[in-house]
Amino acid sequence: MSVLIGHYNYWIVIFLMMAGLYVVIAQGNLVKKIVGLNIFQASVFILFISMGKIEGGTAPIVKEGMSLYSNPLPHVLILTAIVVGVATTALALALVVRINEAYRSVEEDEIHEQDQSF
Amino acid sequence: MITQHLPVLQVIVPLLTAPLCLLAQNRRFAWGASLAASGTAFLIAALLLAQTLEQGIISYELGGWSTPWGIEYRVDTVNAFVLLIVTAISSAVLVFAQRSVTREILSTRIPVFYAVYMLCLAGLLGIAVTGDVFNLFVFMEISALSSYTLIALSEQRRALTAAYQYLFMGTIGATFILIGIGLLYMMTGTLNMHDLSQRLPAVTATRTVETAFAFLTVGISIKIALVPLHLWLPNAYAYAPSVVSAFIAATATKVAFYVLLRFLFTIFGVSFAFKTMPLNLIFIVLALAAMFAGSIAAIFQDNIKRLLAYSSIAQIGYMILGISFASVTGLTAAILHLFNHALMKGALFLALGCVVYRLGMANMKQMRGLGRRMPWTMAAFALGGLSLIGVPLTVGFISKWYLVAGALERGWWPLAVAVLVASLLSLVYVWRVIEAAYFQAPLPAHNDETGEAPLSMLLPTWALILANFYFGIDTSLTVGVASSAAQQLLGVSE
Repeated sequence: MSVLIGHYNYWIVIFLMMAGLYVVIAQGNLVKKIVGLNIFQASVFILFISMGKIEGGTAPIVKEGMSLYSNPLPHVLILTAIVVGVATTALALALVVRINEAYRSVEEDEIHEQDQSF
Repeated sequence: MITQHLPVLQVIVPLLTAPLCLLAQNRRFAWGASLAASGTAFLIAALLLAQTLEQGIISYELGGWSTPWGIEYRVDTVNAFVLLIVTAISSAVLVFAQRSVTREILSTRIPVFYAVYMLCLAGLLGIAVTGDVFNLFVFMEISALSSYTLIALSEQRRALTAAYQYLFMGTIGATFILIGIGLLYMMTGTLNMHDLSQRLPAVTATRTVETAFAFLTVGISIKIALVPLHLWLPNAYAYAPSVVSAFIAATATKVAFYVLLRFLFTIFGVSFAFKTMPLNLIFIVLALAAMFAGSIAAIFQDNIKRLLAYSSIAQIGYMILGISFASVTGLTAAILHLFNHALMKGALFLALGCVVYRLGMANMKQMRGLGRRMPWTMAAFALGGLSLIGVPLTVGFISKWYLVAGALERGWWPLAVAVLVASLLSLVYVWRVIEAAYFQAPLPAHNDETGEAPLSMLLPTWALILANFYFGIDTSLTVGVASSAAQQLLGVSE
């Protein structure tokens, strides 16, 4: 039981990660795939952020009476990773716009058909 | 002294050139600035390599923050060698690019092309030079995002779907690497590679480190395009503009391969990677699959760029095979092939770029009779093909020689036979192109203007071809550096 409850943050991470990957693989719509990719990346952000938490620790600001602080470094790292994620999403959406212009579709199977036909 | 800051300048020079290209909005200026930046980067890489050979490891603390807290740039023989080949290929490709991009990229997008190219170069150099794993992830994303953009700059619409597919595979790979880095940080509390390598042995027996190892290996394997994670590669190389195919084929997978070397040997250490974890068996199987599946798929391709892309997948198999021996000879072969394959694939893709410049595309049909119309281009392609097969006097022979020696040293002679058989397969696909170019009558549809490619494109192509032969005959530099790099990675003193 303690494995289940004590590690609840990891279970959330694993669930989100698998859900995201499943959407990426199973969805044929190019925009929905991007949503899946975002869920997948968000799960890793949560993994990092929950890693920095120390039980009983406060925000890492030096103050009297506080001796235990949470680790702020993973948060900073994830700030960078979020920026990277935003850039990736923006680029993916831009590509989808251009794919839609070129193929008049954002469905994977329709695009594939058009590529095979000529 | 400026030489003290060489490691960081290696990244900063191309990184700052990128916005310059974008702001100037002038094709000639953007080209000149990129070429100058790439040339400077090449000089810096050469100086760094000379320094590491002389004094050993160079450690540079970014912003003066002392290691392990600050970001460290750490250059040893391994990454100095990678920096040298990346900047050399990049400079040759840029000379070639001036004429080539006018045919393959919309003229209004050309300054953007050079800006993104510089970002990609900065990312690749950053991956190679950094000694911090999170910094490595960020640079990996910089180079990856810019290479998706470079591929999508092509005027063919299939390039868009290829870039989209590459983006997904690449992002999943990078996120896997990020998970691995996170798990390592969880166990050790450090992101510095050198520090990691010292703190990891105490905690290697934990499930977390084993999971981190698995995530990192899979993530990096996606970036390397190791079979069965290679599906993004053929389309990306086939539909990208020729210059981009040449640049990415010769550098991106090589740098990813370097990352694999760094993680397996420097950070995890050879005994964990190959004894605690059964990685060598997995790598042998996947390497053989890559060598044969890649070569056989290449034989059946009609688009020559795609043919070379599949051949790249096969060549990656050779490098992975070299690693799986986990010996000095095997690792020397892998590092040598990293360098040599960059030379041959760079040269072959540039030769194809010349064909595309004149004919608009490069399918088997277009190659017919091309030996007479474009003698210099096709001669370059034929010589590059010889190097790919591994004919003596070319670099391909040298790396295969060491690979076979590594296999025999371990007593794994079936693998040596497999290397030779796979080389025969590469003979088949190279021969198909040569046969079409020299022994088939040209298509009547070829108009008479189809002549030789301009000199500014032939020169860089031939420079790389000659390098293929130079380093195939005088191996003192490449073999010397590769074997000392292998010894450094394995922690064996000379």
